Amino acid sequence: MNETLGLVLVGVLLVNFLMLGTSRLNAAIRFAGLQGVLLGAALFVAHGQTNARVLLLALATVALKGIAIPAILLRAVRNVSIRREIEPIVGFTPSLVLGALATGLSLVFARSLPLQSEQVAPLIVPASFATVLTGFLVLTTRRKAITQVVGYLTLENGVFVFGLLLVEAIPFLVEFGVLLDLLVAVFVMGIIMNHIQREFSSLSTEHLTSLRE
Amino acid sequence: MTTLLALCGAAAMASSGPIAAAARRVGPRRADRLWVLLFVVGASLAAFAALLALASGGDELRAHAPFPVGEVALGLDALSALFLIAVAGLGAACACYGLAYYPAALHPDSAGRLRTAFGLASAGLAMVLLARHSLVFIAAWETMAVSSYFAVAAEDRDREVREAGFLYLVSTRVSSLCLIALFALHWAASGSLLLVPLGAGQIAPQIQSALFVLALLGFGLKAGLVPLHVWLPPAHSAAPTHVSALLSGVLIKSGIYGLVRITSLLPEPSPWWGEMVLALGVVSAVLGVAYALAQHDLKRLLAYHSVENIGIIAIGLGVALIARASAGLDTAALALAGALLHVVNHALFKGLLFLAAGAVIQRAHTRSLDALGGLGRSMPATALLFLLGAVAIVGLPPLNGFVSELLIYSSLLRMVASEDGASWISAALAAPALALTGGLALACFAKAFGTVFLGAPRHQSVSDGSDAPAAMRAPMVALALGCAFIGLAPFALAPALRNACEAVLGSALAPLAAPWRAISGVALASLALSAAGGAWLWLRLSRRPAPRTVTWDCGYAAPTQRMQYSAASFAQPLVRVFSSALLPREYGSAGVAPFPQRSAFHSEVVDAALDRIVLPSAHAVVRLAARLRVLQQGSVQQYLVYVWIAVIALLAVGGVGR
Amino acid sequence: MSAMDVLAALLVPVFFPPLLLGVIARTKALAAGRRGPPLLQPYFDLARLFRKGMVLSRTTSWVFLAGPVVGASTALLASLFVPLGAQGSLVSFPGDLIAFAYLLALGRFFTIAAALDTGSSFEGMGASREAAFSCLAEPAAFFALLVLVKLSGSTSLGAMLGPDLPQHWLHGGPSLALAVVALFIVLLAENSRIPFDDPATHLELTMIHEVMVLDHSGPALALVGFGAALKLFAYGLLLVRLATPFEVGGTVSGVGVALLELLALAALVGLVESVMARLHLLRVPSLLVGAALLGAFGVMLLVG
Repeated sequence: MNETLGLVLVGVLLVNFLMLGTSRLNAAIRFAGLQGVLLGAALFVAHGQTNARVLLLALATVALKGIAIPAILLRAVRNVSIRREIEPIVGFTPSLVLGALATGLSLVFARSLPLQSEQVAPLIVPASFATVLTGFLVLTTRRKAITQVVGYLTLENGVFVFGLLLVEAIPFLVEFGVLLDLLVAVFVMGIIMNHIQREFSSLSTEHLTSLRE
Repeated sequence: MTTLLALCGAAAMASSGPIAAAARRVGPRRADRLWVLLFVVGASLAAFAALLALASGGDELRAHAPFPVGEVALGLDALSALFLIAVAGLGAACACYGLAYYPAALHPDSAGRLRTAFGLASAGLAMVLLARHSLVFIAAWETMAVSSYFAVAAEDRDREVREAGFLYLVSTRVSSLCLIALFALHWAASGSLLLVPLGAGQIAPQIQSALFVLALLGFGLKAGLVPLHVWLPPAHSAAPTHVSALLSGVLIKSGIYGLVRITSLLPEPSPWWGEMVLALGVVSAVLGVAYALAQHDLKRLLAYHSVENIGIIAIGLGVALIARASAGLDTAALALAGALLHVVNHALFKGLLFLAAGAVIQRAHTRSLDALGGLGRSMPATALLFLLGAVAIVGLPPLNGFVSELLIYSSLLRMVASEDGASWISAALAAPALALTGGLALACFAKAFGTVFLGAPRHQSVSDGSDAPAAMRAPMVALALGCAFIGLAPFALAPALRNACEAVLGSALAPLAAPWRAISGVALASLALSAAGGAWLWLRLSRRPAPRTVTWDCGYAAPTQRMQYSAASFAQPLVRVFSSALLPREYGSAGVAPFPQRSAFHSEVVDAALDRIVLPSAHAVVRLAARLRVLQQGSVQQYLVYVWIAVIALLAVGGVGR
Repeated sequence: MSAMDVLAALLVPVFFPPLLLGVIARTKALAAGRRGPPLLQPYFDLARLFRKGMVLSRTTSWVFLAGPVVGASTALLASLFVPLGAQGSLVSFPGDLIAFAYLLALGRFFTIAAALDTGSSFEGMGASREAAFSCLAEPAAFFALLVLVKLSGSTSLGAMLGPDLPQHWLHGGPSLALAVVALFIVLLAENSRIPFDDPATHLELTMIHEVMVLDHSGPALALVGFGAALKLFAYGLLLVRLATPFEVGGTVSGVGVALLELLALAALVGLVESVMARLHLLRVPSLLVGAALLGAFGVMLLVG
């Protein structure tokens, strides 16, 4: 079980790098969807064979994170008819380097935290931190609003990975609540992106920086 | 039982606004009347509960609330009851006045909001008086402060009203901060959230002094002690008149109530507390009335007089604190009784004055004294009521101001006569200062009454029209009757005042050493003698009617009404005497050529504390904050980087060290 | 107090005060080398005015007539607080010196209101100056009275000026002397004498008290004059009781001595008016503040 989980988590980390390197919006969204499917698989692998509740949760994760949310975002992209991200604040290659650095630091850092990841799988905590850092990097360095939403999704995925440790202890309702939260947030962001496009004829968030007096 | 009744009264007052708003469909006039009916019912319940408590002693109500409040306590003792009567009475009068002064038909967008705010403010104030638990006190205080802001800024299309409301809001925030600090310190020092008297030796004297200073700052800001008074004149002149009456009459007294309550909880008062309150009171009284004298705006004049009267109340409180520290309990009771009676009196006569001023302003559509005049002829009832209010506020017999000022003077003189050592010097300096404020108040109200109601109209537009409608006159008459009753029969209040003093000073007291019967005697004698003289003169006139002619004009060919002495001219000698404190500014000059050309003259006095202290400090803070603008560029991503830096720093500090 | 005392205390304020005005006028005339009017002239003037009719201005209302009425009645009431002889005053209670001051203030309020009722700038000017000067004279009077309060330990005028007064002069002589001087200056100010106001001027722009009552006529003017005489009587009685503390037994002799002292005071006022000129209007506040400082100094001397 541990090896399968480890494999899946390595897949998650690889998808992080893919996300950092691509400049095509559709690809970024699909990678986020892939990461969601991998997370559902990880959930199933970690606890799902014995527990019906966790199985249900894994299926819900795949449905929401892997299918529904990417569908909403792809539709939003089609509405605004943008294909590519322009050069981010930190360039694509430097982003990849930073992402690798972040992953390495997470691996080092996770060992010094007093958590019980050694028993279940040694990769959960580092994968979680690395995914969070990647999501944060995408969120802060990309200019287009859609890419920022994708970065937000990656952030949430990283937090979800951390939750793999605790899925037995957290009540069902809380897990579903988190997922529902995410769905609603993305829905709202889709609407807002539409408004930004209509107001500024572009999705670059640099237009949004003027502070009111 | 009494506390429960008072609580129901407060609830009725609070819900009157929303219920009337929900009943909008029956039409604006019916909704107004419904609101007034509900409010008056609530106020009557509260007043009835207060009277019961004054007669029979009051009680407490305790309830258990979930974490973190714990046990909630409400109580109605003689001190709260005295204030509650003032709140209920003045609130009901102002609500009835609002029927004709601010009808919903004329102000469709702001009337509903004003009604709700009015009800909530009165209810919040009633709850402040009932609260015996820190959190209940703060919740009620905040309700009162925020809803009174909405009441003040009712006509917010006016820029002046918006600025006054903003200044008022900022000052309530600062006072709430001080109060939160006060209650936090109280909880930390005594371990309990309940407001009960602390035992001797339970907390250190330095902590007690810190509590006193915080209470003085927070409650003094609300009451309007100089130099914390800068918000009061703009707010009271920008608010609708019946709201100004409520503000001046009872809302600022919540500060006095808080100060009295907190100092009654502290067991060992130091003498310097009383000296500080006495000094602040003297300064507030003298400066308040000096500023009032220099105003041209009728409502600002009345607002500055509120500052003066708060000063007089503070003088009484200061003497009470000093006497309590040196165990002269009789003098302390006398001073405290004078201060508490002045609270009730001020609610009555200041309410009366503001309501009469509102009738004038509604008729003439101007607040400027120099544009009014001669209104006594067309508004005789309002003129008489304003005159009664003026005689009362100056403290002249036979009305109620004289009684409370006599009590405060008596306590000051007793302190001078009986204390040994050097502690009577502050009282010896305060008594002539109080006399000075009495003289200045006389000048100021002679000016106000004379300029508005006497003489001839200074502008033709003010001379037509009729007196105030009955809905506005009835509350004024009720308030005037209250003033007359207290002035002529003050012994009726003696037991109530004694109970209130016992509640504050914590020990049984001898009957107050005040000459109640003699005061009544003096009042009745002056009234009788004047009435007799007036009757004789009237009989003479009816037997031999006097022909009417023009006023003696010294042979001047064509005197006009504009040549009358104006308000600014009347006040000018005294403003010159106090010019170092008032800093008057004059613009324009009188013509000096042999054949005078057209010239203009304008003088004004702005509040020195506002202009020279508060506003420059505010500008300095804004300039400093502008330098910190660099950190805030408006980019969400930049803010996220800040968040991340903070998280990493916390993890580095907290986590890696193992 | 016996029935004789009560009768004296009621009758003297009604009949005696105009004589003081006559003495002042006679003294000023003699000092100027003239023969002067008869001593009883004020009584003749009052009787004449009571018989005459009144003319009223169209601008005035009932407040105009309330001024003289309230002024006279409050002055009469106030004079009952000051003890006439050694047997105490007719009305006495703790704190009655406040009632004394505030009753006179009530009279002043209505006089000022009556002046403003005429709508004339002269009367407004007089009212404004009167308000300013009397407001500044109040603290001076209070400081002087505080000296007496501290020395006697009582807050009632009757008790303060009672039989213990010689002992207070022994203990606190300098303070009481300063209080007497301050009270004399206050008396001159409140009764509109030189150096504060010239009661004999005919120029409206220079009048203070005279111009406030310019439009009154007939009985109202008589009440104004009577009220002014009563005020002089009240303040003067306070001053002479304070300055001459020796005791004379019996009602008649006690009252007689007090009246003689009052006449002497009136002559002194007349003399002061003859030798001094009127003070420049802008200097008057300084003089009143000076009187207040004298009183304060007297209070300071009692520390310790």
